[in-house]
Amino acid sequence: MSLYFTRDHEWIRVEGDTATIGISSHAQEQLGDIVFAEVPEAGRRVSKGQEAAVVESVKAASDVYAPVSGEVTEGNQAVADDPALVNSDPEGQGWFFKLKLENPGELDGLMDETSYREWIKTL
Amino acid sequence: MSREVHSGPTDETQARGTPYSGDPQGGDGTVPQQLDKLALDSWHRSKGARMVPFAGYEMPVQYEGIIAEHLWTRENAGLFDVSHMGQLFIHGRAVDAALERFMPGDFRDAKDMKPKYSLLLNEEGGIIDDLMATRRGEDFYVVVNGATKYGDIDYMQRRLPGEIIIDHVRSQALLALQGPKAAEVLDAAIPGIAQLGFMEAGPFRAFGHPLWISRSGYTGEDGFEISIPSMAAQDLADWLDADERVKPIGLGARDSLRLEAGLPLYGHDLDDRTTPVMAGLNFAINKRRRAEGGFAGAMRIIAELENGPPQLRVGFEVDGRQPVREGALVLDGEGNEVGKITSGGFSPSLQRPIAMGYVASHVAETGTALKLEQRGKLFEARVTAMPFVPHRYHRKGAA
Repeated sequence: MSLYFTRDHEWIRVEGDTATIGISSHAQEQLGDIVFAEVPEAGRRVSKGQEAAVVESVKAASDVYAPVSGEVTEGNQAVADDPALVNSDPEGQGWFFKLKLENPGELDGLMDETSYREWIKTL
Repeated sequence: MSREVHSGPTDETQARGTPYSGDPQGGDGTVPQQLDKLALDSWHRSKGARMVPFAGYEMPVQYEGIIAEHLWTRENAGLFDVSHMGQLFIHGRAVDAALERFMPGDFRDAKDMKPKYSLLLNEEGGIIDDLMATRRGEDFYVVVNGATKYGDIDYMQRRLPGEIIIDHVRSQALLALQGPKAAEVLDAAIPGIAQLGFMEAGPFRAFGHPLWISRSGYTGEDGFEISIPSMAAQDLADWLDADERVKPIGLGARDSLRLEAGLPLYGHDLDDRTTPVMAGLNFAINKRRRAEGGFAGAMRIIAELENGPPQLRVGFEVDGRQPVREGALVLDGEGNEVGKITSGGFSPSLQRPIAMGYVASHVAETGTALKLEQRGKLFEARVTAMPFVPHRYHRKGAA
């Protein structure tokens, strides 16, 4: 299993050819109280950089981009039902969707966990 | 993840250097101005505040979180620093009659120490600002919005006779204590405070300093607004914060509280193209003034009172869970644009999205089903009476 991060504050956990995607703890903290989440349905194909999910806090609305391309295998109904899960467990149960990796080469160039945690300190 | 900010004055549009639309000095492409510091700046930071630029100041937008702060204020007492607002003393011969030139309230017969909500109007009847004005003996004490204060002073100075002076009091902080426990908290330090009724004010003393306190606020709850010398503000803030019934509350919750209370926010729900009648603020247009006229924009405003305004400010209940925010369009059953959302968000008290905006008068009736369009998506909504959450003001004579 490997964990990657993007500069848009998404995380990608890769197990075999499946990637689980969510937003980082830093991102949820910046957003504040999350009151709405919309996740993609299974079967939808998303390409890298495309809007795949929506997350809204009391004050702001954000798109969650697909950090890699692939076919969505599952949207997390738990965060759609209880968006506060993204605040309480952003990098665990608060994941947004899973997809079947189309091009593992797209993972190259993403940050590993250490680089990401160091990078956000500079923001 | 991208960030699209849709909502009000407390959001990070300012953090990105874009002054919000209520700032007459602002607008797209302006260079962010040098920010002023509140007297309580370091106090807020020591309480864990996240500070954002707002109305020319670095202001606390939240401490522990907007929803928790919001709910705390509805159940206990919240302490707000609103020192960015402009505190003015206006004085001189016949100041009351002079103020009536550009405000539609009755200032000539205004009773001492009774704050009045009023509106600064332009010649077309549009709203330049909304404010509170209180007669204090021969003077009027006027509190205006922070983002508009310099424009307001300039506008009034150009229209007031030379013998009327506006003093902008920069040495006073303004703190608000709001919520059902505000009176019992304050009464311990300032005996007699509980005797004030809603929209009454007076001079008090505490911590060796003179205070001016009015029983008023902008949350829909009972509460007080306290003008205090800046040098003494921290003593009062510390004393209040030490009370377990009190927590500091940021601008984020201030915005969601006033939205639930159906109160319009200048620069969003009110602007210089909105008349008091369109905004549903007819209570601020005094009976004698309606009959006599003689205030800026009187012709248009009196005509709108008689014939009805072209648009009206209304509330919306929005179906689903997704917030619909400022800028969303209002559509009728045929898909025609009939209005615009001017404030909207998630109501922490009701746990659902609510909004306010302007619609053509023929679709303004409570219960009318309309659609809202935001980023290409349609939402079902119904016109609803405001406030969304009942006011709980402390009116004398009421139980």
